[in-house]
Amino acid sequence: MGTTASQLGKDMLSEYQELTFLTKQEILLAHKRFTELLTKDEKDLPNNRVPMERILTLPELKSNPFRKRICNVFSTSEYKDGGLTFEDFLDLLSAFSDSATLEIKSHYAFRIFDFDDDGTLDCGDLEKLVNCLTGETDDTRLTPEEMRQLINNILEESDIDKDGTVNLSEFQHVISRSPDFVSSFKIVL
Amino acid sequence: MAMLIATWKHCVYVFSTGLEDEVDTFQEEHERERHRGKRRDGERAKKKKRGNGEGRKRASRAGREEEKLQARREKKGRRKKSSSDQEAEGREGDEADQPTTKSSKAAKTRKNVKNEKTRKVEKEEKEDEADDEERNRKRKKKHGSNKKEENVEDGNTVKEKAGEVKKKKHKKVVETSSEKETSEEEDNEEEDSEEKEVRPETLTPEELEMLKEAVDERKKLIQGLRGKPWAMKKKLVTLRESQEFVDKYEGALGKGKGRKLYAYKVMMTKKWMKFKRDFENFKTACIPWEMKIKEIESHFGSSVASYFIFLRWMYGINMILFCLTFGLVMVPEALMGRPYGTIPRKTVPRAEAPSAMDFAVLWDFGGYAQYSVLFYGYYNNQRAIGWLKFRMPLSYFLVGVGTVAYSYMVVIRTMARNANESGVGDDNSFNFSWKMFTSWDYLIGNPETADNKFASITTIFKEAILEEQESRKDDNIHLTRFLRVLANFLVLCCLAGSGYLIYFVVRRSQKFALDGLENHTWWERNEVNMVMSLLGMFCPMLFDVISALENYHPRVALQWQLGRIFALFLGNLYTFIIALMDEINLKREEENIVKFNITTWEASHYNISASENSTSPPVTIQPADVPRGPCWETMVGQEFVRLIISDTMTTYITLLIGDFLRAVLVRFLNYCWCWDLEAGFPSYSEFDVSGNVLGLIFNQGMIWMGAFYAPCLPALNLLRLHVSMYLQCWAVMCCNVPQERVFKASGSNNFYMAMLLVILFLSTLPAIYTIVTIPPSFDCGPFSGKKRMFDVIQETLESDFPAWFSKVFSSASNPGLVLPFILLMVLAIYYLQSTSKSYKEANVDLKKKLQTMNNTKVEMVES
Repeated sequence: MGTTASQLGKDMLSEYQELTFLTKQEILLAHKRFTELLTKDEKDLPNNRVPMERILTLPELKSNPFRKRICNVFSTSEYKDGGLTFEDFLDLLSAFSDSATLEIKSHYAFRIFDFDDDGTLDCGDLEKLVNCLTGETDDTRLTPEEMRQLINNILEESDIDKDGTVNLSEFQHVISRSPDFVSSFKIVL
Repeated sequence: MAMLIATWKHCVYVFSTGLEDEVDTFQEEHERERHRGKRRDGERAKKKKRGNGEGRKRASRAGREEEKLQARREKKGRRKKSSSDQEAEGREGDEADQPTTKSSKAAKTRKNVKNEKTRKVEKEEKEDEADDEERNRKRKKKHGSNKKEENVEDGNTVKEKAGEVKKKKHKKVVETSSEKETSEEEDNEEEDSEEKEVRPETLTPEELEMLKEAVDERKKLIQGLRGKPWAMKKKLVTLRESQEFVDKYEGALGKGKGRKLYAYKVMMTKKWMKFKRDFENFKTACIPWEMKIKEIESHFGSSVASYFIFLRWMYGINMILFCLTFGLVMVPEALMGRPYGTIPRKTVPRAEAPSAMDFAVLWDFGGYAQYSVLFYGYYNNQRAIGWLKFRMPLSYFLVGVGTVAYSYMVVIRTMARNANESGVGDDNSFNFSWKMFTSWDYLIGNPETADNKFASITTIFKEAILEEQESRKDDNIHLTRFLRVLANFLVLCCLAGSGYLIYFVVRRSQKFALDGLENHTWWERNEVNMVMSLLGMFCPMLFDVISALENYHPRVALQWQLGRIFALFLGNLYTFIIALMDEINLKREEENIVKFNITTWEASHYNISASENSTSPPVTIQPADVPRGPCWETMVGQEFVRLIISDTMTTYITLLIGDFLRAVLVRFLNYCWCWDLEAGFPSYSEFDVSGNVLGLIFNQGMIWMGAFYAPCLPALNLLRLHVSMYLQCWAVMCCNVPQERVFKASGSNNFYMAMLLVILFLSTLPAIYTIVTIPPSFDCGPFSGKKRMFDVIQETLESDFPAWFSKVFSSASNPGLVLPFILLMVLAIYYLQSTSKSYKEANVDLKKKLQTMNNTKVEMVES
């Protein structure tokens, strides 16, 4: 490894193809875009980690309300700062690619929505999720009463074992029936 | 004991000399990889090591039970020692964890030297004890099988821990990183690994099966790896290790005799996988306009992109249709049929000849264009043409049928696939959760679109909550009802008016045509097409205004709007067709008169030539001078081609004026205008997905309808779609703003497909009606001289197939057979539908059961 700064090796490329849902061209494009994010002196170092702030300047992520969560979920950094290496970046693109399976997409969607990283979607997570979806401005926000009603409805539908939270399998069950999750859970470079 | 060790080594030597080099390089490779892996993965390696030692011990214990020979037992003891050594090694592995390549290489050379030495000793022994050789061999064989069993068990324990397939590697780490080990033990290890390579042929079939299974397990793991939500590092490590394992044992499995087939199969699967991957890459690279569409997708979200994907899909279908008509009809006729000017139907009549090359005439698809392969009338009714004996009329007929059949097949298949993908589409049980979890479109990369999306999601939430509460206060239900009725009445008036207008215009144009087109202005000649295009342009806007009265929910409003536009287009198209039918009847009357005239004309000619000297050469009549019928088929084809052309023109012109010019004006006049044009009244236009899709669908309907009489239509449409793709992509990117209400693509996908299917059905109806009921013209087209067009099938059956075939065919088309068959199909449909219903019910039941199960579980825990 450590070849992220230079051109990708041939065997690395084929391994990445084996391990992701991306095609060769997509991997090369991802590599190009990733190296563009690196500063001059970083390019020479092996195993770069691009800080989250710079990842978020990508136009594909710029207007996504979950951008910080996405970085945090895919980051393997020890400092939990959301920085991404090239391989993390590939993981991200693979999960969001056209041909990724429903399982992997729903798994990562769950982790993105799980704001406190405790393995279940509880009321706090759902509230944050609604706030992300309705935007930052005040006029689009829901009132506390509406919020309570909405969260109750959601729990009523998808919390099958009635423990007050939505766990991964419940989430995947709900998602797997949805007609447009796979087509909208996509990011393309 | 020393002796035994020596013989042991000897045997190994005998069997392994040929392979030694190979093994060496192999191991070197592994070492390299291991080092790479290690640098990344030091921590995990430590953890695993302990487990490995245990696994090994277990394996050796199992092996021991079957052990009978004294020597074997002794060796076992040693082996056990070595493995416990390794365990110790593993515990203190922290220091040994970073072995340099140098040290392991040194160890290797030492081993080699050792091997050399033992070999020399063994050579001496060989001379002395030639008899022992046989015995040794036997013993060794036994060893081998035992050893192999261990390996298999190794594999099995690994299998048990599928997913955590680190074992192989760590074993090797221990082996070579430990410099404390005695040289004897090192040798043992060396032999061990060599043996694995060497002697699969000594395995029993069951063991072999087990090994194969283990290998297959790994292979499956490799394939499923990309679907695992692990970090890339973990996936990489697992991939490499499994690959290593597979390579190693696959090689071993492939070496024995009789297993060549297996080796060959393995090789072929590898090659096939690589080929498949390359082919996938190639295929995605070949998809046209992928980048363009993705760019649009990231700016405008998936709904606008869905239009372009639909456009591309249409392009694909038209490409196939074009290949069919071009390859099987137009080209054969142009190359092998009689050339232009040899027979009357292939010649421009004398009266039209002077103006046949004028641009205005050609633009109208008259003159030389009319008398060419582009239209039905040009084709000859000669049964077989050219040296290939190409059956032209049959081919023409079959291509016409094939076009329609192919279109049906593709549309229905796509619908079925869409339905599959969307699963149980009408399931409403997760209404809120879906709105919550799947409403964000991750493709949106444009801040403006994102803002719109936020707003629309908020309204969706609010509406859903309101609906749930069912406390929707209706401010004045009577007024709303009245307005809705009024709106529908207005729309109906519009539809009826547009229908009448088209009918009126078509009838008037027939009058003009009878007078002769030359006496009329351009407008009068193109009235029909222009009126249809203008109606198609302005009526939807009118509907939009009217629908403001109704005060519907936006989604419902959109459906109404789509339904109305659909009705408008359909009404227009069908009025056009009915008017065309009138015209066809007129032409056929005219044809009868011409037919009568021709017989008299021929008779007079014959009389002239008969009255002259019969020895003189007969008067040659130029084909251009022969009187001919009106050929209604070509007329129909021409009408459709003109319609397509004018439709295309209006689409492009509206695009340029409505979008581009408007955007330019708004942008540049904004500097010197009294109000804000960008935010205020004209602003920039939105991309109207549904309207565009409808336009595309109707355009395709016209192609299906007219393609039988004008083989050039698919080609024209292909051109049109190609230009649209570029033009609209450009227009969207440069002068449209994202939609205010962002609709999802997938919900409407099958809706569009269903519309396409309806249009396909409705457009094949008139085409089939004309083919079946109206006799073809007597002097033009491939079916001239026949009573009906489909007679060509019967003719082929009678003359080109053996007699029994036509007999079978006629008995198969007997109503006594056809009716039961249809009945059977209906029953099958009914059966499938009822089973699907019962599956749905079973689904609901299972869900209920799941819930009650969980409830009881919770109660049990609580009590």
